[in-house]
Amino acid sequence: MRAAVRQAVSVSVATGLYGISFGALSVAAGLDLAQTMALSLLMFSGGSQFAFIGVVGAGGTAGAAVATAGLLGVRNGLYGPLVAPRLGVHGARRLLAAQLTIDESTAVGTAHRPGPAARAGFWWTGVGVFLLWNLLTLAGALLGDALGDPRRYGLDAAAAAAFLALVWPRFGGRHAVLARAVGAAAVLVALATTPFVPAGVPVLLAAAVAILVGFLAPSGDEPASPPTSPSTPPAPAPDGPHEGAAP
Amino acid sequence: MSPTATWVAVIVGAAVVYGIKLVGHLVPEHWLAQPRVARTAALVTVALLSALVAVQAVAQGQELVADARLPALAVAAVALALRAPFVVVVVLAAATAAGLRALGMP
Repeated sequence: MRAAVRQAVSVSVATGLYGISFGALSVAAGLDLAQTMALSLLMFSGGSQFAFIGVVGAGGTAGAAVATAGLLGVRNGLYGPLVAPRLGVHGARRLLAAQLTIDESTAVGTAHRPGPAARAGFWWTGVGVFLLWNLLTLAGALLGDALGDPRRYGLDAAAAAAFLALVWPRFGGRHAVLARAVGAAAVLVALATTPFVPAGVPVLLAAAVAILVGFLAPSGDEPASPPTSPSTPPAPAPDGPHEGAAP
Repeated sequence: MSPTATWVAVIVGAAVVYGIKLVGHLVPEHWLAQPRVARTAALVTVALLSALVAVQAVAQGQELVADARLPALAVAAVALALRAPFVVVVVLAAATAAGLRALGMP
């Protein structure tokens, strides 16, 4: 159980740190401080939050922003069945557990045998990331607000780099070949359609390609194992239960 | 997007993302355990993030432009290949673009 708590703390710090980039990029994308904090407090899912501000910053519609954030949040839905049996909570605690169900808490919570260590891993990571992520979002937003024109500081390039860092670990591991092919196709679709459709829509068209491939490609040798956990938890490879850190 | 529209999107988006998390806690385990469902969810994430990289790097509204963001993205890729932490990757990319713009690149 102490190992689980130690893991939880290191994952929380690694993940919380990049709340700074989220806060700064969010105000650079045109959201105000309150909207930025609402995203970190209420949406609380790094990939979805970055995607949301990406679409808003590009001048996309509210519908496109919501759809993109929602699609990126789909994997959180797949984590529930993995962690719920280990937590065994009901009522208000279940509502809270759902909000704290993200890549990191799932990764640490499922890294340990079901029991006290798994529960401690989930709760300590979930609460730890939540606190640090929100605190550092606030710091980043205040900092970003004070900076002025975001382009001068390269914040637009930082947004592209953030997405690259989020997707990078997913090009390895399970489904690596398929993931790379889908990633390449997504880039092509997004760039080819950008001049012709409203902002935000190219990203959704790219997602449609992935849905088609996911359901139509033969499944063959795919192991159906749940996300396994960080064997070396402090490594902050963002976004992915098997890799490590990012809400 | 107007401030009101942004707020609506923030609230609705947060509700959707939370709803998905909650559904995961309420459905029986085997419903979502199908390999095809899990794989599709993973691929959707890859496609969305890849498309966002592309759009953030070269789109300006509905135009495609090559500016300081591209070399910055290349620097980020090198940093990732060298296993740099997330924050370092993001800061290096920003510094590259800022530096190139200070030198006159658009």
